[in-house]
Amino acid sequence: MRLEDLNTYAEVTWCPGCSNFLIDRAIKEALIELSEEQKIDLNKVVVLSGIGCHAKISDYINLCSFYSLHGRVPSVASGIKLANPELVVIGFAGDGDAYAEGLDHLIFAAKRNSDITMIIHNNRVFALTTGQFTPTSPVGFRGRSTPMGAPEEPFNPILLMLASGATFVARCFAGNLGHMKEVFKRALLHRGFAFIDVLQPCLSFYDLFDFYREHVYELESVDHDPSDFSRAIEVAREWNYEGEDDARIAIGIFYETRKPTYEELVLKGRKIEGGVPPIEELLEEKK
Amino acid sequence: MREISVLVGGAAGEGIRQAGNAIARLFNRLGYNVFVYEDYQSLIRGGHNFSLVRASEAQILAHRDEVDVLIALNQETVGRHSWRVSRDGIIIYDSDRVTSDGLGIDMSKIVRNLGLPSIVRNSVALGALAGVLGIDFRIVEDVIRSTIQKLVEANLAAAREGFRRASNSTAKLKLSPLPAEPKPLLTGNEAIALGLVRAGMKLYVAYPMTPASNILHYLAANADKLGIIVVQPENEIAVIGFAEGAAYAGVRAAVGTSGGGFALMVEHLSLAGQAELPIVIVLCSRPAPATGVPTYTEQGDLFFAMFAGHGDFPRLVLAPGDADEAFLLAGEAMNLAWEFQVPVILLADKHLSESTFSTGFDGNSVTPRKPRLWEGDPKEYRRYKLTEDGISPLAFPGSGCIVKANSYEHDEYGITVEDAEKVRLGYEKRLRKFRTLERFVNSTSWVKVYGNEDSEVALITWGSTKGAVKEVGERLGLRVVQPLCLLPFPREEMLRCLKGVEQVICVEVNLRGQLASWLGYNGISVDERILKYDGRPFTVDELEKLVKGAIKL
Repeated sequence: MRLEDLNTYAEVTWCPGCSNFLIDRAIKEALIELSEEQKIDLNKVVVLSGIGCHAKISDYINLCSFYSLHGRVPSVASGIKLANPELVVIGFAGDGDAYAEGLDHLIFAAKRNSDITMIIHNNRVFALTTGQFTPTSPVGFRGRSTPMGAPEEPFNPILLMLASGATFVARCFAGNLGHMKEVFKRALLHRGFAFIDVLQPCLSFYDLFDFYREHVYELESVDHDPSDFSRAIEVAREWNYEGEDDARIAIGIFYETRKPTYEELVLKGRKIEGGVPPIEELLEEKK
Repeated sequence: MREISVLVGGAAGEGIRQAGNAIARLFNRLGYNVFVYEDYQSLIRGGHNFSLVRASEAQILAHRDEVDVLIALNQETVGRHSWRVSRDGIIIYDSDRVTSDGLGIDMSKIVRNLGLPSIVRNSVALGALAGVLGIDFRIVEDVIRSTIQKLVEANLAAAREGFRRASNSTAKLKLSPLPAEPKPLLTGNEAIALGLVRAGMKLYVAYPMTPASNILHYLAANADKLGIIVVQPENEIAVIGFAEGAAYAGVRAAVGTSGGGFALMVEHLSLAGQAELPIVIVLCSRPAPATGVPTYTEQGDLFFAMFAGHGDFPRLVLAPGDADEAFLLAGEAMNLAWEFQVPVILLADKHLSESTFSTGFDGNSVTPRKPRLWEGDPKEYRRYKLTEDGISPLAFPGSGCIVKANSYEHDEYGITVEDAEKVRLGYEKRLRKFRTLERFVNSTSWVKVYGNEDSEVALITWGSTKGAVKEVGERLGLRVVQPLCLLPFPREEMLRCLKGVEQVICVEVNLRGQLASWLGYNGISVDERILKYDGRPFTVDELEKLVKGAIKL
C-alpha cells in the first residue's frame, strides 16, 4: 500500500509548509507499516478530530472518521471504543481542543484508561481563529486577544497526563518525522490510553521550528527507562513550555505501563450484541 | 369501599418512600389500581417527606387532596397534613413522638423492644394500616417478604405488633379485596428504562441528576440481567459524546438528564443533527431556571426541548403522560431515532418520572425495528448519500465501508464543504428529512382523546398532567385531548380530535403555557390557560375547581 492510497479527494488547505503535513504523513506511514506487519487492520481504524487546523486531518485520511466538536474528541472516542472494542481508535486534537475546551475529557479518558490514542497537534496557539494564546502558550505571549502579553503560565501537558493516570505518555517534534512515526506505532500498539503531545510549529502564527530543532533531544538516545514513573516526572519537569535559551526538551516515550483498560473493566470480555432481553421477570418483581 | 388514599409522612432518612411503596404493593395485591405521589426535599436527613398512595377500582393516574389514613411518623406530618383527613378518616401516629387524635401506637417503643432500628417503624405502621383496614395479615407478610431484604423476620414481628394494636380500631374504613390480579407497579422512569431496553438499547450513559437518576440506578442494578452496559462519565457533555460515539459505531444508546444537564448537552445535540446520529435523550424536567427546585416538578422545558441547539435540524420530541405511555414512547423514541437518524427527545418531568403507576403494558409490544442499512458494495458507500427522503443508508466502522461522520457541512462522502452549491445540498438534505418526519407524524396516530368525545369543551394537556386532567374531564363530561408527539406537531390529527369544540382549555404545569402557545402557532386557539407553577403537580380536586371556574359554555 502506498501513502497516496490513504489520501482522499479533499483539497488540502493547510498553509504551505505547515507541520501538520508531517503529522499526517507520520500517521499514514505508521498505519501502513502496522498494516503490512499485520498488527492492525485498516478497516478497523477510526480517526477522530476536534475543530481547528489539526482537525482537517479527518478529511484527508481515507479511513473511517468522525470529525467531531472542539474539545470533545476523547469522550466520543471512548464511546466508539466501548461500543466496538475491536476498533483502533485514534483521536487527533489541538492544544486549544485538548487543553482548553475539553481538558476534562482528556483527563478523564486518561483516568479511566480508555484504550484510545490521543495525538495532540500542539502549536501552542489558536491558529484557525488567527492567533490567540492557548493553555500551552508561554506567559507574555502576544496574540490578538493579548496584545500586551498573556498573563497566564502554560500547562505542562506531560505532567498533567502523568498525574491523570495515562498509561502511555510521549512527546514528539513534528520536525523529527522518523522518530514521530516510531512513537506513533508504539502508541497504536499500546493497550490503554496513549497520549502524545506533538510540538507542531505554526508557520503563520507561532513559528518555533528552529527553537525546537535546537533544543529537543531523543529519550531513546539517553537510556531513559519508560517504566520509571518518578524519572518520567523528572524528565517532564525539565521544560515547562516556556522559551528559555537553555531549555532541554525531551522527545520520545516518557512513561509506559500496563493497566486494565476501561473497556476490559466495563465489558468484562463480553461483546455488545443484538437481541432483546425479556423483561417479564423484572415486571414480576414489581408486583 | 372501592377507593382509598393514604399519606405517610416523616423526615428524610426515615424510609418514607419505601413505606409508600410497601403500602402501594399492599393495595396492589388486593386488586386495586395504584398511584403514588412522592414529595421530598433536596436533603438527605431531616426536612419533611411524604408519599401519598391512592388506590382505586378505577384506573387512576393522579392523586387527590383528601386522604383516608394519615400515617404520622413525626409531629410535622400531623401539622402539615391533618387538613387532608376525610370525615371518616383516621390518623395513625407514633405515640412515642407525636401528639394527635386518632390511633396512637407506641411504634418507637415496639422497635426498641425488638432491638431494631427506628426505620422499622414503617413495618409497624404497615401492620397497623392493615389492621385498621381489615386486611388479612398474610398479605402484609407477603409484601414484607418481597420488599425487604434484611431483618425480614424482625420486620414481620414489628408489623404483627402494629397489626395487633390496630385490630380493635373502630374506624369505619374497611378495604375489601377486588377480583383483579396484581399489576406491575412502575415509576415513569422504570417504564422508560424498560422501553429503551426493549427497543434494543445496549448502552445507557448518564451523569446523576434528579429526577432522571432513577433511570441510571434501575438500569445499573439490572444491567447484567438485561445484557446492557451502563456508564457514568465525567459530565453531561461527555455523556452525550459517549452516546454519539456508540451510535456512530452501530450501538443503540440513550442518555438521561434534567434541564441543567441537557443544557450542557446542547452543542452535541446540534452535532447529532448535523452528523445524523441516532440518539435518545431522556429529559426529565424540574422546576424553575438554573438549579431551581430540584426535587419537584414542572413542565417548563417544552420549548427548550423543541428549540435547543444551534442551526436548524430535524428532531422529534415525544411526551408520555403515564408509565404505560412512557414504556411505549421510550421504545418508539429509540426506533424512530434509528429509522430517521435524528436525535429524539423523550420529555418527562419529575411527576411522571418518580410517581408510581399500576401498569398494563405488554413487555413484548416494543421490539427493535430495523433501520435503513447499506447493503451494497462497501467501496461504493457514502454515509450521506443524497436520497429523496433525506435518509441515507447506515453502515458502521469495521464493516469494510469507509464511514465518515462530520460536524461540518459536508458532501455525500462526509468531506467538509464550503462552497455555496455544496452547502445548499446539505441544507436541502435536512429539509427533505424535516418533511419526511412531518409526513410520518401526520400519517400515524399521536393524539389521544378521553372523556366525552362529543363535548364542546376540550381540555388539552400533555405529559404528566394528563393524569389529573383525564380524571377531571371524565368526571365533568368534557373532552380531553393529549398530543404524545409535540415536534413535529400532529396538527391535522389534533384538528380532527378538536372538531366541534367551542371552548379550548389548555392545562399545564408551567409559568406561561408553553403548549398553549405552541397550539396557537399551529393555528389552534386556546381560550383559557390553566397553569400551576409552585413545583407541585395538580391534584384532581384543585384542578376540578379550576376547570369548573373556566368553563364558559
